[in-house]
This record gives sequence, structure tokens and C-alpha cells, in this order.
Amino acid sequence: MKFLPSVLGLCAAAGLSLGVASAADTPVKIGMITTLSGGGASLGIDTRDGFDLAVKMRDGKLGGAETEIITVDDARKVGNAKQIVTRMLKQDNVDIVTGIVWSNLAMAVIPTVTKADKFYISTNAGPSALAGKGCDKNYFNVAYQNDNLHEAMGQYANDQGVKKAFILAPNYPAGKDSLTGFKRYFKGEIVGEVYTKLGQVDYAAEIANLRAAKPDAVFFFLPGGMGINFVKQYNQAGLKETTPLYGPAFSFDEGILKAVGEAALGVHNSSQYSWDLDNDANKKFVQAFQAEYKRKPSLYAAQGYEAALLLDSAIAAVNGDMSNKDGFRDALKAAKFDSVRGKFKFGNNNHPIQDIYVREVVKSDTGVTNKTVGPVFKDHVDAYAAMCKM
Amino acid sequence: MTLLLFLEQTLNGLQQGVMLFLMAAGLTLVFGIMHLLNLAHGSLYMVGAYVCATVTQASGSFLIGVLAALGASAATGMVIEVLAMRRLYAREHLDQVLATFGIILFFNELVKILWGPQALFLNPPDILNGTMEILPGTPYPTYRLFIIAIGLIVALGLRHLILNTRVGMLIRAGATHREMVGALGVNIDWLYTVVFGLGAMLAGLSGALAGPMLAIQVGMGENILILTFVVIIVGGVGSIRGALVGALLVGLVDTYTRAFLPTGLREIMDPATADSVGGAVSGMGIYILMAVVLLFKPSGLFQAYGNAS
Repeated sequence: MKFLPSVLGLCAAAGLSLGVASAADTPVKIGMITTLSGGGASLGIDTRDGFDLAVKMRDGKLGGAETEIITVDDARKVGNAKQIVTRMLKQDNVDIVTGIVWSNLAMAVIPTVTKADKFYISTNAGPSALAGKGCDKNYFNVAYQNDNLHEAMGQYANDQGVKKAFILAPNYPAGKDSLTGFKRYFKGEIVGEVYTKLGQVDYAAEIANLRAAKPDAVFFFLPGGMGINFVKQYNQAGLKETTPLYGPAFSFDEGILKAVGEAALGVHNSSQYSWDLDNDANKKFVQAFQAEYKRKPSLYAAQGYEAALLLDSAIAAVNGDMSNKDGFRDALKAAKFDSVRGKFKFGNNNHPIQDIYVREVVKSDTGVTNKTVGPVFKDHVDAYAAMCKM
Repeated sequence: MTLLLFLEQTLNGLQQGVMLFLMAAGLTLVFGIMHLLNLAHGSLYMVGAYVCATVTQASGSFLIGVLAALGASAATGMVIEVLAMRRLYAREHLDQVLATFGIILFFNELVKILWGPQALFLNPPDILNGTMEILPGTPYPTYRLFIIAIGLIVALGLRHLILNTRVGMLIRAGATHREMVGALGVNIDWLYTVVFGLGAMLAGLSGALAGPMLAIQVGMGENILILTFVVIIVGGVGSIRGALVGALLVGLVDTYTRAFLPTGLREIMDPATADSVGGAVSGMGIYILMAVVLLFKPSGLFQAYGNAS
């Protein structure tokens, strides 16, 4: 193992000596910590691929500066993530850290990065604790605040005239935040609120109870494989025809739809991004992503891509001089990049103020996919922004 | 209405129990006869599901997919037995845990290399992909009824195999008097390979049948493995009959606690507390069952040796 850092060092040195007329003397170093193996690996792989694509489209240079990216797998483990970030900050001397998918890992990593006066750009996790009182000038979230998509589904249920909802999420912090987010906007009656085991495989018992409760609609937040299990079993129980299913985009990204297939047809889900959003930046991104990876980009891929675009704009603003921290921070805050969402701006707590859309799962000639129906929220500000003193 | 819901949940419990039985039967067979603690049993389940999904997609027939999964998991099991397990029989259980845990990691990476990190797609065949109204007003998924039927057929088949066939006799004899069976000219090594292959095939069948209901993804075997260990501890290690009874008990207790505990708690406390307490406690139901069984019957409900069946 010992030879690894020295090899990396050699590569970096080679990169330096070959680099022609770089804007600054030292390359910009970015540490990407994401989940590339084990459960949930497809999310991290999408994030990394989206980020790498943006870098590749700029010939390996973000903001015109030599860029060195150190990508390390966290295997979805908090301990790993902490260890990796310490190494990145102390040994590799990175300027920016990004890439974490899961909120519990983000909670362990982000404060470490900001305390070291380095920058963290979140490509996915947006825990409430870091959006309100715990906000930080060096922490920017380019995706969303965790509650946003669930709030949108609560609002959408109102719009659809749902009076009685049955809601379901795993028994862990993000699951509770999800149902809280839904209830913050949903005005009808909750006829059942169920917390299932994290990683649960069989949902027959919950589905039978749910049928007996006779709701108008079901809202569920079950990320990754749990969502695949639930949607398949919900469909097999013949419930989809009678009781519509609502959820955030996490259970309906393009990779998951491939595994669920037609069982997900007709389901409505909320997202700040969709591959079919009609704007030039997105068309360019989707085309490049499909050409490079032979699959449709998920929201994770778009988030990774936009993190790189944001960095590109800010690094360019300081001409690659990462010692100019204030200038870099101001440029990040200004967020002057062509967002695939059509528009983008940060709120006072460095979280996006953005539109949230509802999408429907439909059948197309390329298989089961998402189709954007329309916005639920316009310029939505998260519920914690007011608590952030920035 | 409440009675109907109870009956429906009972069916759900039985169905879950049957799935667990298929896993537990293989695991308990291997443990009871070879005294081998095989954590990699879940990997064979995963192999079954992946092969079934791939072959079903290619051939268009779920039946061919399941048969291919049976063959592939049995073959994989036998290869593992010859290459790795054979060296572990004489070792301590902790060594076996370490080695078979390594095999889990190996298979997880191998599957990811071969199939990629995305979950695979598999639906039940069309004739089973609907609901049947076996209880008035409660349509029940046909596929789950099919699983109950298959599980019971396998249970009867295993009983016949072990009690009434020559192979079964050798298995029983090999479990209790290994040296004596060897001295009588039976090739014990080969017998163990066959038994391990049989256990692997049952895990593969379980994985193939589970495929249409769940996410076929890397690491899917680990979730069910823990429940499977609870089953064989409750049922009595090494006993197929114990595995069946234990699996049905665990399936029913798990389903009942998940289904009725939160609603029951709502009667005595405010809904928010009831939901979170219910969610937490219902996850413990099966472990409480295990603790109670161990308290009164420290070696499980059924003894394996002497009346091995």
C-alpha cells in the first residue's frame, strides 16, 4: 500500500511538468468521496460519472486551471468517509471536497472540511442540521435541502385533492425528515404512518395494512433497493390501479426504473431535475452523458455534473488561484454557470432556491422512463434558511 | 374486516416463512452434517437470483430461468466446497466464519464485475402476475401463493429424500458416524460435496423465486441470511423439520408484529409515539422469539441427532 501515495505524487508531478501555461503554479486539488461499492453504489457511480464528464468536456481543466481529482470509495460507511477526508485534508492537501451521497456520512465529513477552512460542495446530501443553525460559509449544496422533494409531494397531493394519505419511510433520521417534509405541506388526514426497518426486504404486512386503511394515496420514501422491493410488491398486490403511489425521485431514477420496469408506470414523483427538462444546457448534458456512458443520466449524475460546472465557474473567477479564498467563495455564491435545471441560485444558507417538478413514470420507445409533468414549487426556499445567520 | 386482515397477514407470514425455509433447509443441512458454519449461503442466494433474471430475460421463460439458477447455484456451491470448504471442516467455527465472510466479499465483487452495480429486472411470469381473491374482498398476489405451494412441495421432497432414499440414509449416517461410513467404503468427501451442492441449490431456488418480488442487487443475500440464522437456531441446528417449523414461526411472528404492534400501541399511547415505538419494537419481534425459545429449549425446538430428519 505504501507505494500508492508516491505513485499518485509522481502522476501529479508528471501532470505539472506537462501542463502548459497553467493559470496558477499549483493545480487545483479536488477530493471526491463517494459510494462506489456495496449497496447504493450506483448512486455514487452516477455522481462520479457526471462530475468526470464535465471535467472531460473541459479537457481535464476546471476554470482553465490544472485540476487534479482524487476519487475514493467510502463503501457507504461513516468510518471510511471520516478516514478518507482526514487523509485528503492532511496528506493530499485538497482545496475542495465533494461527492458524498448519504446524509449520515455528510454529517461526519462536512464539518471537518469547513473547520479546516476548505470548501465542501454537496452533490446530494442536504441534512437539515447543516441548512439551518449549522450552516457554514464554506459549505455549498448544489442539489437540494433534504426535505425539498418530500415537501413537493405533500403539496402535489393537496393539488390532486388527496384527502387521506398513508405514509411510509425507513426508521432512520432521513426517513423521519422525509415524512416531516411531506406533512409540512400536506393538509389532509394521515390514516397511517409507518416506519419500516432499514434494508427491509418484504413489505407484504405493511401493504395489507395499507389496503385496510383505505387511503386516497400512498406516499413513500424508500431509497435504493428498498424502493424496488416495495414498488414491485405494491404492484403485485394489485393496488396501483386503485391507490396512486407518490414518492420523491430517489425511488424512480433511471437505474431503478430499469429494475422495476412497468410496475412503476403511472407513479408520480418529485425532482428538481429530469433528463427531459427543456433547456439547452440540459440537452447538451444529456447528449454528452448518453454518448459517454450509454445510459440516461439520473438526478445524481446531473448533480455531480453541476457541482463540476459550479467549480468551473468559481475557479475561473479566481484564475485558478485557490489561495484567494474570499474571491473563490464569492464566485461560488454567485453561481454563474449554465444549470441543466434552466436556472440556479443560492439562498442565504448556500442551498439552492429552485423549482421542484413532478414527473410521471411513462413507457417510451427506449423503455420505462420519467416524463416531467410540471412544477409544483416555483423558487422554493427550504424551511431552515431563516435559521441560518449568514 | 379485522378477521380478514388477520387471515391475510397469516398468509403473508406463511409465505415469508416458506421463503426462509428454503434458505434455512440448505444452511441447516450443511451445518448439521458437516458442522460447517457457512456465512456465504447468502451469496448462493444472490447467484440464483442473478442467473434466473439473466436467463429469463434471454430465453423469455421464467421456468428455464429457475432451472438455470438451480444448476448454476448447485455448481457454484460444489466448486466452493471442493476449493475452499473442504479445508475448513476440521477448523474452528471462527475460522469458518472468517473464511466464508471472505467468500461473501469475493462474490459481491464478482457479481458487480459481471453484471454491474445496477439492480436487475425480473417480473413474475404472466400467469402468476395477478391477484386471486381467495378471501372475500382481499385480492392476494398469485405469485405469493405459488411460492407457498413450491415451498411445501420442497419440504415434502426433502423429507422423502432424507428418510426414504439411499442418499438420505448416507447423509444421516454421515452426520453421526463419519468414520464408520467411510470405513464401509462410502466416499465421504464426495458425499459432502453433494450435500453442499444440494444446500446451495436450495439457496439458489430461494433466490430465483425471490427475484420477481425484490431488488436483485449486490449484497441481497446478507439481509435474508440473518433471519435464516434465527430460523435454524429456533428450529434446532441440523434439523430439517426444525427448519420448517422455525421458518414458519419466524415468518408469522415477524409479520404479526410488523402488522399489528403499531396499531395496537396506538390504543394505549399517542399516535406519533406509537408509530416510532412500534417501528422499533416490531423489528425485535423475532429476536424476542429466539430468546424465549432458547430460554426453554437451549438447543432449539427439534433435536437434530438421533432422529435426524
